[in-house]
Amino acid sequence: MKNNISANENTADIKKKSFLSDNTREKLRIYWYKFSRNKFSILGLCIVLISIFLAVFAPVIAPYPQHVKEFVDYDKAGLPPCASYIFGTDVFGRDIFTRVIFSFRGALLMSVIVLAIAVPVGVLLGLIAGYYSGTWIDVIIMRITDVFLALPPMILALAIAAVLKPNLTSSMIAVTVMWWPWYTRLVYGMATSLSKEYFVKNAELIGASKPYILFHEILPNCLSPIFTKMALDVGWVILIGAALSFVGLGEQPPTPAFGQMISDGARYMPDLWWMTIFPALAIAFIILGFNFFGDGIRDMLDRGR
Amino acid sequence: MNTEILKVKNLKTYFAINKSSGKKQYVRAVDGVSFSIKEGEIMGLVGESGSGKSTIAYTIMGMYRPTEGEIIFNFNGKSIVTKSNKRSLEFKKNVQIVFQDPGSSLNPYHDVRQILSLPLRVHKIVPKDKIEEKIAEILEMVELPASFMYKTPTSIGGGEKQLVSIARALCSNPKFIILDEPTSSLDVSIQAKIINMLLKIHREQKLTYLFITHDLSLMRNISTKVAIMYLGKICEIAPTEIFYKSPLHPYTQMLLSSIPVISEEEEALKPKKVVSTGEIPSPVNVPKGCSFHTRCIQCMDICRTEDPVIHQVSEDHFVRCHLYKS
Repeated sequence: MKNNISANENTADIKKKSFLSDNTREKLRIYWYKFSRNKFSILGLCIVLISIFLAVFAPVIAPYPQHVKEFVDYDKAGLPPCASYIFGTDVFGRDIFTRVIFSFRGALLMSVIVLAIAVPVGVLLGLIAGYYSGTWIDVIIMRITDVFLALPPMILALAIAAVLKPNLTSSMIAVTVMWWPWYTRLVYGMATSLSKEYFVKNAELIGASKPYILFHEILPNCLSPIFTKMALDVGWVILIGAALSFVGLGEQPPTPAFGQMISDGARYMPDLWWMTIFPALAIAFIILGFNFFGDGIRDMLDRGR
Repeated sequence: MNTEILKVKNLKTYFAINKSSGKKQYVRAVDGVSFSIKEGEIMGLVGESGSGKSTIAYTIMGMYRPTEGEIIFNFNGKSIVTKSNKRSLEFKKNVQIVFQDPGSSLNPYHDVRQILSLPLRVHKIVPKDKIEEKIAEILEMVELPASFMYKTPTSIGGGEKQLVSIARALCSNPKFIILDEPTSSLDVSIQAKIINMLLKIHREQKLTYLFITHDLSLMRNISTKVAIMYLGKICEIAPTEIFYKSPLHPYTQMLLSSIPVISEEEEALKPKKVVSTGEIPSPVNVPKGCSFHTRCIQCMDICRTEDPVIHQVSEDHFVRCHLYKS
């Protein structure tokens, strides 16, 4: 008995000395528990971490980093997957594996930048329109949003990317322009109902400023769906980016991109099947990973479950 | 003590509803209400659901724009007259409201410290470094421990949430608090605790309350003045004692006789039994004449055609009924 008690006290002491406060540790533990209940979420997290790792350390990991620049080696052209070229080589003798790893860079960079611009813009507009719902501010913002939502997203992106010079930047601009309205719509719905809640009314009656009400009273209540959508959207942005680069509107050769590699390889199907299959599998891998990860984030931020 | 802190003159709040026929119709939520509250009073506003009690409160607070009428507040000899739904910061400091539903009146993502520090910061009640001290002081006022500061609304009970809402209303040292059915969603033991605490604070802070409820027996114990509402109009206003001893309006008599009692002595105290019939009509199609004539047992011919005006029966006793026309 005595031993037991002293052991308990010891663990309590250790906890107090640790870097994080007990409260924070407890919160993190609950978050991790909710996230990890679904094993696919952990798989998703692993895939996300691997993708980020590959993107960041591409020059170190890739066996032939020079193959992403102007490089031709016709002796090794069209080799099937083997020990030194695990994904095989393309018609110029470039290593597919290296080029896939470097494609992760462009793809992730694109989704990060697209979301970093589209989410704040979309959320801000949604908050304002939702808070002022029923007024002319709401009408103006939401009708503009509707115009963007009414156009098929792919066609809008194609049109924008085609007008601009075809490169990664213009495909990012194209995708950003078609992406923000979804966040406006999402936040608008939540902000409309939240601004009728009594805690928002009360903040108004106390005399809080409009920015305080928008960002401190309403926004925190919208964050979990926003984060969930963001995690899920990374995969979709990559997919749209791949589609744009497939038709030649993304990253220009010789810099590799998923869509461009697939469209190059498609010409040599089915003989040089590895040129198409491996980049395609890489897209499937990354999208699957971010979807599982997004589901995990949703489970984690869900209240009351 | 005898200055009027709030005076409402012929207040009307209508809400437009669009009918498919194209003719515009109005919900007459508040239809020509006048009353005044003196400093230090607790005025009870009683009525059925849909009679417009909360609409009066929300219109006073500026949440709705009044269709007609004036709201006059008097603070330290300075009067604020409002006809719109804009309220100055000074008004917001002096007038606060506690809502009925404690669940939705606290932001679930804020802790109690954040919730209570908002009014302190907005109205600059205390310097920034003293905010936590002040919060502890206010929490003590509502009999909650200072450690409550770090709790979130999701982790506390309904009664405690309502105490936090009351604490928030007290933060800016208001003169006047509107209590919109503060206890109706709580269980009885907590109700008693909260009512006693509200009375204690009323005494200590020299506050004035407008207490909205549908609990007549509660009103008898706490208020100094009672007003009965029916379909957006006030039927009868009287000091509590007179109100319960000699109710005049047939509707008041009906309500008072419907209070459930336990003992025979209490039964004897009640006015003669009046059976309640019918439902409150829709405020869109208000009956012609006196709005209560469809349910009134003493209904006369004049009631069906002419809307009565409010008559003064004795010094503070007003009735809106044809029976008491002087």
